[in-house]
Amino acid sequence: MDDVIIGRVLTASTLGFHIIFATIGVGMPLVFMVLEFLGLRKKDDKYLTMARRIAKGYTVTVAVGVVTGTIIGLQLSLIWPEFMQFGGQIIALPLFMETFAFFFEAIFLGIFLYTWDRFRNPWHHWLLNIPIVVGSTLSAVFITTVNSFMNTPAGFDLVDDVFVNVDPLAAMFNPSSYVRIFHVVVTAYTTAAFIIASIAAFKLLRSKHKEDREYHKKALRVMMVIGLIAAAMSALAGDLSAKFLHENQPEKLAAMEWHFETEDNADLVLFGMLDEETQEVSYEIRVPSALSFLAGSSFDTEVTGLNDIPEDERPPLIIHYFFDTMVFFGMFGLSVAIIYHIAKFTRFNEHHPALLYLYVLTGPLSVAAIESGWFLAELGRQPWILRGYMRVSEAVTNAEGLGITLIAFVMLYIVLGATCVYVLLRMFQNKSVHADHLEMYGDKDRGGLLP
Amino acid sequence: MNYELIGVTVLWTFLYGYIIVASIDFGAGFFNFYSKLTGDDNVISPIIQRYLNPVWEVTNVFFVFFFVGIIGFYPDTAYYYGTALLIPASIALILLAIRGAYYAFNSYNKEPKLSWTFLYGVTGLLIPASLSMALVISEGGYIVDGGDGIQLQLEELLFSTYGWSVVFLAIITVLYVSSGFLTFYAARAEDNQALELVRRWFLIWALPMLFISQFVFLGLREHNLEHFQRAQDYWYLFGLSLVSMGIAVFLMWRRRFFGLAFIMIMLQFAFAFYGYGISKLPYILYPYIDINTSVVNDAMAFSLTIVFILGLLLLIPSLVLVMRLFLFDKEYVRGKSSNKY
Repeated sequence: MDDVIIGRVLTASTLGFHIIFATIGVGMPLVFMVLEFLGLRKKDDKYLTMARRIAKGYTVTVAVGVVTGTIIGLQLSLIWPEFMQFGGQIIALPLFMETFAFFFEAIFLGIFLYTWDRFRNPWHHWLLNIPIVVGSTLSAVFITTVNSFMNTPAGFDLVDDVFVNVDPLAAMFNPSSYVRIFHVVVTAYTTAAFIIASIAAFKLLRSKHKEDREYHKKALRVMMVIGLIAAAMSALAGDLSAKFLHENQPEKLAAMEWHFETEDNADLVLFGMLDEETQEVSYEIRVPSALSFLAGSSFDTEVTGLNDIPEDERPPLIIHYFFDTMVFFGMFGLSVAIIYHIAKFTRFNEHHPALLYLYVLTGPLSVAAIESGWFLAELGRQPWILRGYMRVSEAVTNAEGLGITLIAFVMLYIVLGATCVYVLLRMFQNKSVHADHLEMYGDKDRGGLLP
Repeated sequence: MNYELIGVTVLWTFLYGYIIVASIDFGAGFFNFYSKLTGDDNVISPIIQRYLNPVWEVTNVFFVFFFVGIIGFYPDTAYYYGTALLIPASIALILLAIRGAYYAFNSYNKEPKLSWTFLYGVTGLLIPASLSMALVISEGGYIVDGGDGIQLQLEELLFSTYGWSVVFLAIITVLYVSSGFLTFYAARAEDNQALELVRRWFLIWALPMLFISQFVFLGLREHNLEHFQRAQDYWYLFGLSLVSMGIAVFLMWRRRFFGLAFIMIMLQFAFAFYGYGISKLPYILYPYIDINTSVVNDAMAFSLTIVFILGLLLLIPSLVLVMRLFLFDKEYVRGKSSNKY
């Protein structure tokens, strides 16, 4: 294998692994912020127990998120040194700000976890959630601006390979920043809510602790509300992304839709198989003119086709599958949240086992949607590392030993991932929520330390 | 404004901060493991856990801050160090990942495992050793800028006296600083048994500390004479460092003013570290990266400086809050819960 491929696979495996924990890291603070709020507000320490349990499990995932985040931060310079030298002139600011946000979050998370019973007024403890949610969301915002810059560079002029008129803010808030930030943040919230919903539903189906059912039902109710709102916003974000790509990165839109000829009334292709030689698509579901409508809100929008893009600037056509997976799994979560609410407000039992199986799927499928979304976004800007300025092949390191590095890191991720799952299972498997509740708040529902 | 100097001062200060907090963190992990072997863990482990639990993530951020900052202010470092350090830095990253993750796994697992304690205890000594390689390389002589890009002379690095003396300095620093800090922390907890144990560790490590730091100077003379001679212009900083160390060891030995003693340890490293840093200028990587020619463009340097100041306005009060809650709150340090806020 040549170094470009190894470098890409190594970066992809680090990011692919990190993204799972990063998404939980961004989304989960909102979940326990809401639960703690409900607990204090309703003077119901069942919510508080749940918030505390989730925060405890969250810490284990944060640990993996922190170390893999450190890895990708340094790996950018180790694998793509020339890109970082070049891009360092422009992207240093958001990277620096991301570290501040992360610092801020780390400090308050440390305080939050070890002060549950130390404040006389429990609302003071709740206030600690604010810097955690702000910090984790802002680090997602800043790091997304870096990635957006690589897709749509802005904020500088390049004269004879030297940067002039550098405007750090224009580089940060480049054309694609807003849409992508919105998309990243709301999908992280969606995923976190659905992960907890999955666990609650799974426990309702399988748990041997019958006394916990009330907790799981409460958790499910809250998570489905958060999930419904966040998933609806994710769908909106997806729609905005399509319109954005149409305007600014037509080659990505064309490749993910297998759209070859520039035309109006362009069809939307769902699923299917492609013969790359003949550009023939088979077994697909074709929605007439829908692509034009998605791209520009009207059926006669002209959508650029791949044949109008120079051959060596075309993204790989495989991204269509990632696109389908992302949309399908994203829509699945939204639909399930709607079904839950319909079942709840009609006579139908929202905890019917058949429905519970559906809820169990929402978490894993949301994570799968996040992964395929990132694969789509990253593969979709190939062959560029900095779109229009630097190709991936020009940026890879010329140091020796990239192959062995890849093997070492992949093994590390396997071991870390397995241990993380093991610890989380051991933490919650044999201990019922009710037992935790007794330990934390005694046997009366007196709202913990509520005055 | 003089951005190249602002940048290097900020970064050097963060590296100093990292050396102190990481030494405490890494050393505490190692002592925790060591005490499990000797059966002293019931004496010392609770104190170590109580300190480490709320701060372990913060330590890591100091490091991230440093490398993000150095690439921001001096993008050339990404190219030179990035290429040269692929293998050494990857090893350091894997160790850091194992340590960080297994520390958390062990604290949240139902019953801690000895093998996991071993993992984060021993990596705690290997990480400083591997990270210190970057400082060794910065003295020049281990990187060749050939026609086909940067090459690290790995063999020369592995057989270099200077390189190894810095590695040992890093390891001993970790044990010395953390035992000094734990003595102070045990004194605050008024836990006499733990205090005596860590105080003995500290005194044991003081002598090698003195030796190895002299040895590093000799190594530097062999390796980079120019830098060694510039360092002599700042002899008074190194002298102050030695005096601070003397006071620290004296106070610990006489069992007095443990807080002051730890401040002296911090001063000892501050003087030596800034003395080393100042005499190193203007090179970040001798002779390829000179702070005057490799600084980032003005607009970016300006915004980085502004963000840095704003960031500090947020960070300092939060760090003070952490210290008030977990370091200077007697009830917490002694392991009693209190509801006084």
